[in-house]
Amino acid sequence: MNIRYSKEDILNDPDFLELSSKRNTMSLVLTVIELAVYYGFIFLIAFGRDFLAKDIIPNVTVGIVIGLGVIVLSWVLTGIYVRWANNKYDALVDKIKDKIGG
Amino acid sequence: MVQTTVQTTIGTANPIAIFFFLLFVAATLVITYWAAKRTRTTKEFYAAGRSISGFQNGLALAGDYMSAASFLGIAGLVSTKGYDGLIYSIGFLVGWPIVMFLIAEPLRNLGKYTFADVVAFRLNQRPIRSAAAIGSLVTVLLYLIAQMVGAGTLVKLMFGLSYEVAIIVVGALMIMYVLFGGMLATTWVQIIKAVLLLAGATVLVFLTLGQFGFSYPALFAKASEVFAASTGSAGHKFLEPGGLVTSPLDAISLGVALMFGTAGLPHILMRFYTVPNAKEARKSVFVATGFIGYFYILTFTIGFGAAALVGIDAIQAIDKGGNMAAPMLAEVLGGNAFLGFLAAVAFATILAVVAGLTLAGASALSHDLYVGVIRKGQSAEKEEVKVAKAATICLGVAAILLGILFKGQNVAFMVGLAFAVAASANFPALLMSIMWKRFTTAGAVASIFTGLVLAVTLITISPTVWVDVVHAKEKAAVEKQIASIQKVSKAKVGELKVKAAAGDASAAAAIAEEKTAFENSKKELTAQIPPAIFPLKNPGLISMAGAFLMGIIVSLMKREESAEEKFEDEKLRTYVGIGAE
Repeated sequence: MNIRYSKEDILNDPDFLELSSKRNTMSLVLTVIELAVYYGFIFLIAFGRDFLAKDIIPNVTVGIVIGLGVIVLSWVLTGIYVRWANNKYDALVDKIKDKIGG
Repeated sequence: MVQTTVQTTIGTANPIAIFFFLLFVAATLVITYWAAKRTRTTKEFYAAGRSISGFQNGLALAGDYMSAASFLGIAGLVSTKGYDGLIYSIGFLVGWPIVMFLIAEPLRNLGKYTFADVVAFRLNQRPIRSAAAIGSLVTVLLYLIAQMVGAGTLVKLMFGLSYEVAIIVVGALMIMYVLFGGMLATTWVQIIKAVLLLAGATVLVFLTLGQFGFSYPALFAKASEVFAASTGSAGHKFLEPGGLVTSPLDAISLGVALMFGTAGLPHILMRFYTVPNAKEARKSVFVATGFIGYFYILTFTIGFGAAALVGIDAIQAIDKGGNMAAPMLAEVLGGNAFLGFLAAVAFATILAVVAGLTLAGASALSHDLYVGVIRKGQSAEKEEVKVAKAATICLGVAAILLGILFKGQNVAFMVGLAFAVAASANFPALLMSIMWKRFTTAGAVASIFTGLVLAVTLITISPTVWVDVVHAKEKAAVEKQIASIQKVSKAKVGELKVKAAAGDASAAAAIAEEKTAFENSKKELTAQIPPAIFPLKNPGLISMAGAFLMGIIVSLMKREESAEEKFEDEKLRTYVGIGAE
């Protein structure tokens, strides 16, 4: 490694700034989505009982489908994060590690 | 429809259950022996030498979360209340994405063995470690008591052992795993149990759906038919939100506690140190969320299956809360052998969960309190392992004694309280220490104690404890009175209905009159129950908000420059993992 960077250089390095701001945005956006999904569901239980009680097909209510949907969606969101982190985030991490030389 | 009486062997010693259980114990003791040789250093004792893969850790995390209480309890809740059981289980799942997006990777990069490592990273070690250790210990002890009392009752129901014997067996085995095998043994016990539980539940769902031509609508139809016959209300109600969530604010507060409590449970957070790096930590959350979600879909199906095939009345005849729904369904579909297998798995589940809790509690005592506070961080490796092992024995014995002390007590509120404390004392301090540059030592200590004191005080004066535990006798007496009045009133209405059908015009008015009279006297009687001082059943919303608020206000009052400087240093470690242990 030819170029040695001081800690301050790295903290002001465009790659590092990109990495930290991207990671913050990603975790914030996904957290807000998860909160909206869950509290939206609670809101429906409190104020949309009649809607949740409707049958989609006989004996399968909207509530059951949405409830199971919340479970699946929560898992899918963690999957989206892992996919993003494995592709984009880790690449930036490697780039910075290269610069530091470790 | 007439319910046939279900023959059950539950409550008597089941030789097959005992056989499977002994097999599990033998296998886990072999693992403990193997792990003991690899458990010498602190890194090995607390963090399994960071040798666990992301996938394995995902299974272990799922195992920590799939306690006997959630397996039997949620299946039971669904079998007696239908749809409402699903609402409850969803609350437990939604914390996992939060763990992933906000906590997992910074936690792994900044800490060593406990979450207090992260909070103390750039703050003043001793006050932070004392406060965080107290938060951890309260959470762990509440959870542990609930598990131990559940274990005693469950084992008594399933194996016919006495309550005390069951508690001592559970306590002794869990001490063995942790004392000799540390985190490595605890993790593998958890993984084995998770696989057994998932496999057992999958087979049970397969057998259940097989009875209905693998059609969920057919299963739901039959379950709601049974519900209608059992309760006399419309069967479709079983497939809709019912009485569990009556007040939206109550639901939101419980939701806050469950969601953010997950991200503050010490025994869950500790597992992130068993993987080699942040990448594996993130993978483990994905795996855990998948398995836990799958597990809740299974318990949901099992609950409906039990209602349809065992019958709601039969389930409640054995246990009023419905806790035996899943084992009873297993007996109906797979006979004594399958019941035995599932009973043994439930026992194994309790063991694995209490072992994880004991290890988390022991590390708060040894790593945070002894080394961090008493020895000011100066302690030899060997000494720390010794202290950790001594702490394990103390906590194990305490768990056994508390389990026996709380025999027959209503401990249902303790898991909810543990989540509320985790969400209020542990989570806000952890999150702010990771995210907020201006966060100070005084702010962290204020936040932890505010969260802790608010959660404990508010739940004591809430309906959950003030009415259901402190004034349980008054409540039961009033409920009994109401039930007897209701019986008389129903009979009267029945008579009047016959008259009305016969053409008596005044009968209809009399029915309405009788109904209002009953409602009025019910209201009067209910007013006799001492009302709760705090209206919410779970204090999570208020106590967590209070903890954040105090943390912010106190931090803003006085700057802590050294902490702000270190925040910049910390960034490289948080985001890139440079310097992570």
